[in-house]
Amino acid sequence: MALTKDEVLAGLAELINDETGIATDSVELDKSFTDDLDIDSISMMTIVVNAEEKFDVKIPDEEVKNLTTVGDAVTYIVNAQS
Amino acid sequence: MPHDPRLTQAVGPQYTRILSLGAARGDLDVPNDDIIGPIDSSDEWIRQRTGIISRKRASKNVTAADLAVAAGSEAIEKAGIDPSRVGAVLVSTISGTMATPSVSTLVAERLGVGTVPAYDVNAACAGYTYGIAQADALIRSGLAEHVVVIGAEKLSEMVDPTDRSISFLLGDGAGAAVVGPSDEPAISPTVWGSDGSHWSSIWMTGTFQQWRDGELESFPTMRQDGQTVFRWAVWEMAKVARQAIEVAGIRPEDLTAFVPHQANMRIIDELAKQMKLPESVLIGRDIATTGNTSAASIPLATHRLLEEHPEASGGLSSRSASERAWSTAPRWYGSPRIRGGHFEPSPRPSQSRR
Repeated sequence: MALTKDEVLAGLAELINDETGIATDSVELDKSFTDDLDIDSISMMTIVVNAEEKFDVKIPDEEVKNLTTVGDAVTYIVNAQS
Repeated sequence: MPHDPRLTQAVGPQYTRILSLGAARGDLDVPNDDIIGPIDSSDEWIRQRTGIISRKRASKNVTAADLAVAAGSEAIEKAGIDPSRVGAVLVSTISGTMATPSVSTLVAERLGVGTVPAYDVNAACAGYTYGIAQADALIRSGLAEHVVVIGAEKLSEMVDPTDRSISFLLGDGAGAAVVGPSDEPAISPTVWGSDGSHWSSIWMTGTFQQWRDGELESFPTMRQDGQTVFRWAVWEMAKVARQAIEVAGIRPEDLTAFVPHQANMRIIDELAKQMKLPESVLIGRDIATTGNTSAASIPLATHRLLEEHPEASGGLSSRSASERAWSTAPRWYGSPRIRGGHFEPSPRPSQSRR
């Protein structure tokens, strides 16, 4: 069954915490991966690959470049599930 | 007696092994502070993202062939064989300065191995492992008794100092191996391939013809799509490395060492994590002070690992390369040890690990 937006956000926050140590409650929809969370491109790709496995979705390289905010990633994953 | 037209076909020994290694790094140490200006970066930024503190680069008058000869000479000397017993020279490189003749023919001449077959292998970071696979096949098919395999690069000639994608990673160096016959299995099946769908993940900014015709603003230099390469180099190569271990008929806990291509320390760390290797497995790490030397990186890292951990000689190692072409194979690793001024054969795996 597809996860809700809040469930994907919570799961993504856990992945970000695992990779970077950023507190899960700091991972909010309007936060920019680079400007607000200071996540570099290599960590971003690790999070993406782990998200693919966790949420059973495909996130192509060309889409990763469009994922500027946490909200972008959550929306993409929710849509990709359906 | 009637003439019998039956052909003779070459037959070689059943098994091969790597007898020795040689290494040569660029003569210049280029710390991060020397290159950060044109890319508007910092020492900290480069260290965090790549693990590189400084890279080895060669002076203007030093070529990839010079580095190859230095590494190859060391490998032949340490193998304890007369150069006349070398039956082929393979140089893996993308740093040849001319389309023809090959780097390898020049290197073979300077190594003093005579007029043996010599050819270049263009497979970038996978080049050395491609070379080992071919050496193994040449020897077992009876076409050569020993083969010198060299990965040699002068990548500093191929970078744009203002490029933020790859220039700061690259270094110059050469690593060499002598492969020869063995009494027992010492090079397991190579898992290799290529993926042209990622042909443009690492590329040149143009062709020499475009440069000649004034269609480029500057001489062609290397670029990469870092995120695509990172994903490929970690998760796809982890699958290939696991496959190599499987076809070798061993388990990860049987390994003494794991020596991945030295692309970036973050890639090495993540790859080792994905491989779920036991703590006991040594990880080859040479990139911090050498940089990424493409085809030279795996033999250079292995050479360093064996210098720092001589007890690993004779153990099982798995090498993997990445980026559009790959090759990985666990091998029994043997390098002659010098004791009391004479060469002593390396311990057999059965002596050192069982």
